[in-house]
Amino acid sequence: MMIFRTMRKVWATDPRVDPNPLVYTILTVGAILYPVWAQISTGGQGDFLISVLADAGVYILLAIGLNVVVGFAGLLDLGYAAFFAIGAYTYAFLASDHMVVTPLGEAIHLPFWIVLFIGLFVAAAFGLLLGAPTLRLRGDYLAIVTLGFGEIVPRVFKNLSVWTSGVNGISALDKPVLPLWLQGPWSGDSLEVVQNFKIISPMAFYVIMVLLLGICVVLVNNLRKSRVGRAWMAVREDEVAAAAMGVNTVRIKLLAFAIGAAFSGFAGSFYGAKLSLVSPENFGFTVSITILVMIVLGGMGNIPGVIIGSLLIYWVTFLFLPALPPLANEWATKIGLGGLVPPNGDWPGIGEEMHRLQFLIFGIILVLTMLLRPQGLIPSRVRQQELTRGVTEDQTIEDVNAETTA
Amino acid sequence: MALLELTGIDALYGRVRALRGVTIAVDQGEVVALIGSNGAGKTTTLRTISGLMHPPNGSIMFDGKDITRTPAHKIVGLGICQSPEGRRLFPRMQVIDNLRMGAFLRKDPAGVQKDMDRVFELFPRLKERTTQLAGTLSGGEQQMLAIGRALMSKPKLLMLDEPSLGLAPILVETIFQIVREINAQGIPILLVEQNAHKALEVAHRAYVLETGSIVKTGSGKELLNSPDVQRAYLGI
Repeated sequence: MMIFRTMRKVWATDPRVDPNPLVYTILTVGAILYPVWAQISTGGQGDFLISVLADAGVYILLAIGLNVVVGFAGLLDLGYAAFFAIGAYTYAFLASDHMVVTPLGEAIHLPFWIVLFIGLFVAAAFGLLLGAPTLRLRGDYLAIVTLGFGEIVPRVFKNLSVWTSGVNGISALDKPVLPLWLQGPWSGDSLEVVQNFKIISPMAFYVIMVLLLGICVVLVNNLRKSRVGRAWMAVREDEVAAAAMGVNTVRIKLLAFAIGAAFSGFAGSFYGAKLSLVSPENFGFTVSITILVMIVLGGMGNIPGVIIGSLLIYWVTFLFLPALPPLANEWATKIGLGGLVPPNGDWPGIGEEMHRLQFLIFGIILVLTMLLRPQGLIPSRVRQQELTRGVTEDQTIEDVNAETTA
Repeated sequence: MALLELTGIDALYGRVRALRGVTIAVDQGEVVALIGSNGAGKTTTLRTISGLMHPPNGSIMFDGKDITRTPAHKIVGLGICQSPEGRRLFPRMQVIDNLRMGAFLRKDPAGVQKDMDRVFELFPRLKERTTQLAGTLSGGEQQMLAIGRALMSKPKLLMLDEPSLGLAPILVETIFQIVREINAQGIPILLVEQNAHKALEVAHRAYVLETGSIVKTGSGKELLNSPDVQRAYLGI
């Protein structure tokens, strides 16, 4: 434990220095330079790398949304992926040929830009629907109910096969279309104005994603500093006291829930459009938990921290861990332990072993990060202050509950 | 007519009757103290007024309106603000944001700023600590912040629940001095205290609560000199 304590000190940052401006600058510059780097480092074959980061962007969007619910308002939502699914399926219903095979019998093809917002509102509506009866619950109870909701929604999509094609999912979703686009040498074409330009290239998705993220970050930061943001934090800190200040706690919690859900629906629509496929398998419990881990690890409540956390966890779960088996083979050979590579009796070979140990390794990474930096990678200054100077709480929320439900 | 009038208020915690027919009144400009031992029902009385509990019997009138069944978050808007027992600050929010929360329902930024300045005048200590987290303040500073936060709502009636609880004697003195100052600015105060001596010194009038009923009432001075009160609460 000594090691951890020392390491924690080494890693600790000065709470008086606000790291956020620096992180924002790095993120912005990084977002601009990344595609260039991807293309150059692969000799023009960087489409895959760019596409991966656009996918990671979906998770960042989700994490920013969940951060409103968990980080700002302190409501533990374990079924967040449900809203993600609702957004994605909204896109699938409204922008594909799929409706032909449903009882409706006629395809709906609304433009991407409009469905993006419809997805947002549909998810927010479901957020309200779930929130209205459940937000009277607190703490653990709310977590359990949202967990249930998160399980129900993908199952409904799976079993309502008349409308959703069940486990097969819905494929061949429409690609986003720009009404007007200037084509030129930069995309390898001759210079001309095209109408109804179909967005297919990963680069275009990447650009859209970065722009969307930029807008969302500004939006959420303003929300946090607003009167509503303060009310959320007050409810998180002490619900009874917040009510005594005149905060309508049920309404303010509903608002957090709906806004969080809206982000998720937004991300879902984008995800559907980019992947051109939705399936109930993509929205399970692990998705909800992964997003939660991104927030906690990055620094709950602090947007730049949440973004960094999302990028890191995305990289670990979707790139590093799957790539581990071949890497392990390679390294073993390099350091002269080539004998470990092929299977031998009970030994499955180092690659396969690594594959089996994936979740263990993921767990170890998480535990280590939390031991070394319990406040998150880039915590808000408030959280930093709290951990370094200590906050005395006369009453825990449990005390309050016991008292008010008496 | 009094500013605040409780008539025959009962309160129940499950089957336990915490208040029996409590009748009290607070007039404009007054400091009214509610004294009594632990479990007498002082805090329950305040909770009933601020709408955190609704009484099965009796009525509460404030400023000519019946507020017996008004929910808590609307009571503040009517002008009753409570600095609750145990202070109930928002520990992981900055001092300034705690104060801003006090003014949550107000729509006059200029007035809010003016009141903020007034609070800082009253509590210079808070001004030095605007960006500190409320939970990292000392006990006395937290009490100041709790009172300051209550003042930010520009209350027509301020209710203080045990403001001296857990404070060093010198700070108790300061807090009661501040209670006088706030009252001198024209804000009526309903003060709940275990420190009966201090409370009676400050109060114009006082009520004595015993196991849920009012057993005695009178001016602060009268009660200070009353043998019953002296024996039971002042330890003389």
